[in-house]
Amino acid sequence: MPLDPSFVGRTYPPTAPYQVGREKIREFASAIGATDPAHHDPEAARALGHPDVVAPPTFPVIVTMAASSQIIEDPALGVDYSRLVHGDQRFAYTRPVVAGDELVCTNTIEDVSTRGGHGFLTTRTDVSTVGGEPVVAVWARYVIRGEA
Amino acid sequence: MELPAQTFQVTRADLVRYAGASGDFNPIHWSDRVATKVGLPGVIAHGMFTMALVGRAVTGWAGSPDAVVEYGVRFTRPVVVPDDDQGTEIEVTARVREVTEDGLTRLEVTATCLGEKVLSQARATIRTAR
Repeated sequence: MPLDPSFVGRTYPPTAPYQVGREKIREFASAIGATDPAHHDPEAARALGHPDVVAPPTFPVIVTMAASSQIIEDPALGVDYSRLVHGDQRFAYTRPVVAGDELVCTNTIEDVSTRGGHGFLTTRTDVSTVGGEPVVAVWARYVIRGEA
Repeated sequence: MELPAQTFQVTRADLVRYAGASGDFNPIHWSDRVATKVGLPGVIAHGMFTMALVGRAVTGWAGSPDAVVEYGVRFTRPVVVPDDDQGTEIEVTARVREVTEDGLTRLEVTATCLGEKVLSQARATIRTAR
């Protein structure tokens, strides 16, 4: 079933705040082998001018992927999750995520199209603090593979 | 200008650890049974794990963990990770496309596994002057 192009431009209600923990940043950094002290040691992060440990660049995906279920699982849009392939991913940072951030995601559908039997869905997630400070904008493009 | 290549080894254990840390428990990243059922040659790395390793290369070149201003990739080919102690390897290289007057460096990044490109349109912008 082709995706409904009338969803382009739709913005979803902000998600519940995600509390960024120091140990979560350490765990994520360790999992990707990122050993820079600023990911692990608050003093090293403060020396770079940050209030607490700094998350690696792709850390926000933890928050945005959970938030994107708002779109992917929207029954009205009708994405077949079993045919979903992650096509593109992009981050534009206002500043790095740091421990202690409370992050809220606002999802927007930027593009919906169907080409060659496949569906394409581009989402933008604006990640900001609960206080409204922008942190990072995150785009994801998904391919929904057509029935072969 | 070409930046020095960086190589990352990826084993099944790394994928399990990344799954736990990221919360992405899709079984194609840990179960050969499920991966082959959906037509893959075997368990593949999370695209976001590859992107994270390439991100390490980028912050390494930048010389600072907080220097990335923009970073994007397209996932073009899966990274198949065999169930042995060696796993596989991802090699990351980059070329400086532009250095702007306001201290930004734009990189064109190439990531390969077994000689094949696994990403396209991989670009990062880093702040070079603090």
